Amino acid sequence: MTQPILLQGGRVIDPGKDLDQAMDVLIQDGKIAAVGRGLGTPDGAIVRNMSGRIVTPGLVDLHVHLREPGNEDEETVASGARAAAAGGFTAICAMPNTDPVTDNQAAVGFIVRQSDRAGLARVHPIGAVSIGQKGERLAEFGEMVSAGAVAVSDDGKPVVSSHLMRTALEYARTFSIPVADHCEDPTLASGGVMHEGLVAARLGLKGIPAAAEEIMVARDVLLAELTGGHVHLCHMSTRGSVAIIREAKERGINVTAEVTPHHLTLTDYACEEYDTHAKMNPPLREAADVAALRGALQDGVIDCIASDHAPHAYDEKEAAFDDAPFGVVGLETAFAVAHTELVESGIFTLPELIRRMSTEPARVFRLGGGTLAAGSVADVSVFDCAAKWSVDPAAFHSKSRNTPFAGRALTGRAVLTIVAGSIVHEL
Amino acid sequence: MTANSTLGKDLTGLEHMTPEQIRLILDTAEPFKEVSERPIKKVPALRGKTIVNLFFEASTRTRISFEFAEKRLSADTVNVAATGSSVSKGETLVDTAKNLEAMRIDMVVIRHGSSGAAEFLGNRIASNVINAGDGKHEHPTQALLDLLTIRDKHGKIQGLKVCLVGDVLHSRVARSNIWGLSKLGAEVAVCGPWTLLPRGIEELGVKVFSRVEEAIEWADVLNVLRLQLERMEKGFIPSLREYYRVFGVTPERLERANREITIMHPGPMNRGVEIDSRVADGPHSVILDQVTNGVAVRMAVLYLLAGGRAELADAAKRGAGSSE
Repeated sequence: MTQPILLQGGRVIDPGKDLDQAMDVLIQDGKIAAVGRGLGTPDGAIVRNMSGRIVTPGLVDLHVHLREPGNEDEETVASGARAAAAGGFTAICAMPNTDPVTDNQAAVGFIVRQSDRAGLARVHPIGAVSIGQKGERLAEFGEMVSAGAVAVSDDGKPVVSSHLMRTALEYARTFSIPVADHCEDPTLASGGVMHEGLVAARLGLKGIPAAAEEIMVARDVLLAELTGGHVHLCHMSTRGSVAIIREAKERGINVTAEVTPHHLTLTDYACEEYDTHAKMNPPLREAADVAALRGALQDGVIDCIASDHAPHAYDEKEAAFDDAPFGVVGLETAFAVAHTELVESGIFTLPELIRRMSTEPARVFRLGGGTLAAGSVADVSVFDCAAKWSVDPAAFHSKSRNTPFAGRALTGRAVLTIVAGSIVHEL
Repeated sequence: MTANSTLGKDLTGLEHMTPEQIRLILDTAEPFKEVSERPIKKVPALRGKTIVNLFFEASTRTRISFEFAEKRLSADTVNVAATGSSVSKGETLVDTAKNLEAMRIDMVVIRHGSSGAAEFLGNRIASNVINAGDGKHEHPTQALLDLLTIRDKHGKIQGLKVCLVGDVLHSRVARSNIWGLSKLGAEVAVCGPWTLLPRGIEELGVKVFSRVEEAIEWADVLNVLRLQLERMEKGFIPSLREYYRVFGVTPERLERANREITIMHPGPMNRGVEIDSRVADGPHSVILDQVTNGVAVRMAVLYLLAGGRAELADAAKRGAGSSE
């Protein structure tokens, strides 16, 4: 039995209940026991004075890549869960593009056990859509769900076959899970390493046109409409995708979408000087895309922020741009980047940001958490939103350092992370 | 350790160079032209310097041109080709760089299939790095020799209308030419099928012609780019036959312009594809002058990067050595 925890006098933000007030939060038996003023201190409780701090439901990240099994030098379930806790995340969803692919109940169960063993942020496995992520035969969704999978995805690759995507959406409906798709037309994107536009033209790098994403977004929306299944669109990057999703939601189609902190804050100009830490897929786009993504996140066309945390060994990024792998880490910078760029700059309110990083992602994948309602799981994060710090990749808890934000001055930091009533991170 | 020159440590591209730096190279190349006309084609300017020609892609003309430039300046040179070296055994670019560094070489001339490879190398080793072509990015010494050839022929670059014809999308020669020509005040255009033009090219301040007839009508100089034969296999154009018929630079098309147009080609040519033999061998072709100027321009680049002073280039030829 864990000790009760009393968080006294913090600014408590619970977007699900439109709550934003100075209050106490009492945690007992791994649950939120009470939220209110002047709560009494139970015997043996850990008491923390939260004045000047922000107390929120724990952040939830629907899209991370942990490299276990297969590339444990880059990340493990435990190191990823540690990085998550340090970033204020209490739950993260691990994509199945491990080696071997997480495409069966044993592999899914392994992730759950590694997560339990680590006892840090919760790691929810996402199962593969197709066996081996080969895009041919459906994986066993039912068994994977019973082993703990919260969604299915072939992320890293698109589901190329429209027929397979259709059957995946229909079959996933049986188990009330979403199909998360990495939207990319591989024939258009083939060989591309950055956004197709002026910067790529100057650098002499092969571009990935915005249409490569938008074609698949449009297809997935149509298939969701056809099947009634829930499609979740990963890491949206273009203004055209935003327009398609907006229209689909207006028509009542069961579609949700996420956007990464880097696509909300950086453009293809970050690739100048062949900076491989700005190489990711989908690529960083243009200023007009960034503006559209921010607008879409604000009005709920895009439901949530997800990090697409993608660790790579340091020497893999130490290569010519063409040869470096796609992807950046994000768990330990996601909140601060979003807070600095969206809240400090006055575009979002803090409750709006917490909604997009906790309440909504928990809702989209039907996870527990994302709320401070009495009786719900005690996944709670506390932030010091005045803390100024500068990103030092060497200080990351993640095993990898590949961030485009190295040296960036940020404001806002997770100072306390509680999962199921236990403190898993404290500064 | 190599001295800093007014060009900086490396020559990776023309995009970030100033017009003054480009003019400095062209002016420094002038006195070096004469060296290649001597019976004994050697001056001591780079005596004692070691240079590695690191070619990850096949090249005949550029590699030989660099090698002659180095040898005529008395540098000690080593050629490394990708095939048969540790490079083909999977050694990474960064390991290659560190090994070269460990051997204390003064300069590296690099050709590589990945855009940015020269900059990557230059940022990691203290030696001077000269880009001899990186992916689809830049081929600065080719553009410099093109500029010198245009200046020789027309007496100026400012105000001239120069059109690059062909596969601009995959061409590092085109990119370097666009920067160099624009910086020296030429008007620049590109011409080719839309499948072979990079998106956003107009934003670089160049005109775009999709018909070669219009380009010929407009231009003082046509720089005809090589069409890589694999472009057809990859589906950028339907056939070489049609390419020649639509975009080939032919005497018939040139005659219609009714005035003299200078014809350039960076080589190697596909005769009968992008350029008709009668044009390549015709009176307005300066294609072989380009090759001659290539040696002088590369001598100038090597000399300046090694710390040589432009005003002493003439003296350096007579045995004074570089200014160090």
